[in-house]
Amino acid sequence: MTIRGQKLTLIDFVIFACVVAAIGYVAYRVENVLIYKWDWSAIPSYLFRWDEATGSLIPNLLIKGLVTTIRITFWTMLVASIIDVVLGIARTSSRLFPRLVSWAYVEFIRNIPPVPFLFLFYFFIASQVMPLLGIDDAIRDMSPGTKVVAELLFGPANLISNFASGVVSLSMMAAAYIAEIVRAGVLAVPKGQLEAGHSIGLSHLQSMRYIVLPQAVARVVPPLAGQFITLIKDSSLVALISIQELSFLAMEIAISEQRFFEVWIVTGAMYFVVCYSCALVFGRLERRIGVHRR
Amino acid sequence: MTDSETMIVMSGVNKWYDDFHVLKDINLSVRQGERVVVCGPSGSGKSTLIRCINRLEEHQAGSITFKGIELDEDTKNIAEIRTEIGMVFQQFNLFPHLSVLDNCTLGPIKVRNASRADAEALAMEYLERVQIPDQADKYPSQLSGGQQQRAAIARSLCMKPEVMLFDEPTSSLDPEMIKEVLDVMVDLAESGMTMICVTHEMGFARTVADTMIFMDEGRIVEEGPPEGFFNAPKSERTKLFLSQILSH
Ligand SMILES: Nc1ncnc2c1ncn2[C@@H]1O[C@H](COP(=O)(O)OP(=O)(O)OP(=O)(O)O)[C@@H](O)[C@H]1O
Ligand SMILES: [Mg+2]
Repeated sequence: MTIRGQKLTLIDFVIFACVVAAIGYVAYRVENVLIYKWDWSAIPSYLFRWDEATGSLIPNLLIKGLVTTIRITFWTMLVASIIDVVLGIARTSSRLFPRLVSWAYVEFIRNIPPVPFLFLFYFFIASQVMPLLGIDDAIRDMSPGTKVVAELLFGPANLISNFASGVVSLSMMAAAYIAEIVRAGVLAVPKGQLEAGHSIGLSHLQSMRYIVLPQAVARVVPPLAGQFITLIKDSSLVALISIQELSFLAMEIAISEQRFFEVWIVTGAMYFVVCYSCALVFGRLERRIGVHRR
Repeated sequence: MTDSETMIVMSGVNKWYDDFHVLKDINLSVRQGERVVVCGPSGSGKSTLIRCINRLEEHQAGSITFKGIELDEDTKNIAEIRTEIGMVFQQFNLFPHLSVLDNCTLGPIKVRNASRADAEALAMEYLERVQIPDQADKYPSQLSGGQQQRAAIARSLCMKPEVMLFDEPTSSLDPEMIKEVLDVMVDLAESGMTMICVTHEMGFARTVADTMIFMDEGRIVEEGPPEGFFNAPKSERTKLFLSQILSH
């Protein structure tokens, strides 16, 4: 037998049989040992519900949670990029102190797990600093028009402060990882490229801009795309600090409805669809950029 | 100190990598139109020597002047001086993300503020001179080694430099491609270009060199016109080196 020109061997069949057997075993345990009663009836109404007031279907908690997750990821990527520009400038500074601080920051974040960081950062910094920023007051004083835009960008007004804490916490962590990816990308451009730029009379800035950075970008896109997808998944961490994104809401629904398998299977599927779509888009992008690499 | 003909003067140049003394009391003067060939064993400091001339490397003692301008940390317009000093690298160092044509036009457009049309006309002129005008729209990775090196020479020439530095331009080429690059270099030499070439191609050296230089352990051991250099070298080390390199 052949599929897409690949010959299937006995080994393939054995592996396939093993996978089927494993799935069958889990299903058997759930049905007969755990004696789990499947009930999917409550799930669809958590995706969309009928709104009596407007007489139409509107998104309910799970979809809202997914939208929050995507919003968090988007803003985290943006804020992390800004932190990274600052980090990058500090790292290439000729003065020792900025270099030391940025180095310490990256190493600190990369060498402690996200959960302790999240709790420490959230309770000791975000919860103390956020009120000072006056976000809640600003929202209260907004004109209705601005409020609509703000809700579109940041989600429900009453949760914006909470949303911001999540974004800032995640950005602090993502920035450290992205900084390393970008650094590796720049370092991977051979030294001779910069020298060739200098030798035709380009200034250092011009050499970086026209020669090193374009090549670094081509190298950095694939790992950055991976980091973005990791970020979508890792954003579920902020459920720990009660940010109302997909995982947090799923947890609440699972508990209140007592339908653990159903809720988490649907939630997992929602993450999968989003992440895999991103992977496909990035894959296409990569093939575009990667055409002329050595 | 310098008459109008003298282009490059190195006097008492010393350089260290940490505590490794890589260039020792280098004195060298290159006239306009002079062709200098530098040879010597691996690690003797040949690359370092010519890289000091466009300040890709910094020297720590002595002085280097280009057309009377001293090259040191106070040199503000080092980028401007580099436009007048072309350099060809052993590894070509073409820009892989740009077509051959764009490799050649980048300098004229960004440094000399040439219009794209002018820069492309100039680039095509030099690509014809190195005999690869038909490769202009390809990317470096699509070219053979010999073609890449000729493209790199064209890229340097587009800045209309007054002197060309070559650092073992044929060492990473397959034998059958060496000649096409050497032919371009001979052509350049015959057009009166000032050249400093690090190479072990002794046939080329005999054809074009006005001055031969032999380096060993960071010093210029022997310097002189090719007839004397090849037929009656003064130093034992030069003799030994030449016998090794000419024996195959
Ligand atoms: N960046 C560097 N740091 C430390 N040592 C270096 C550096 N670059 C070169 N060297 C050392 O300086 C010496 C001279 O190097 P150079 O490249 O000038 O030699 P070369 O004569 O060009 O040799 P080759 O024929 O191998 O190219 C070598 O021993 C080399 O190991
Ligand atoms: Mg060398």
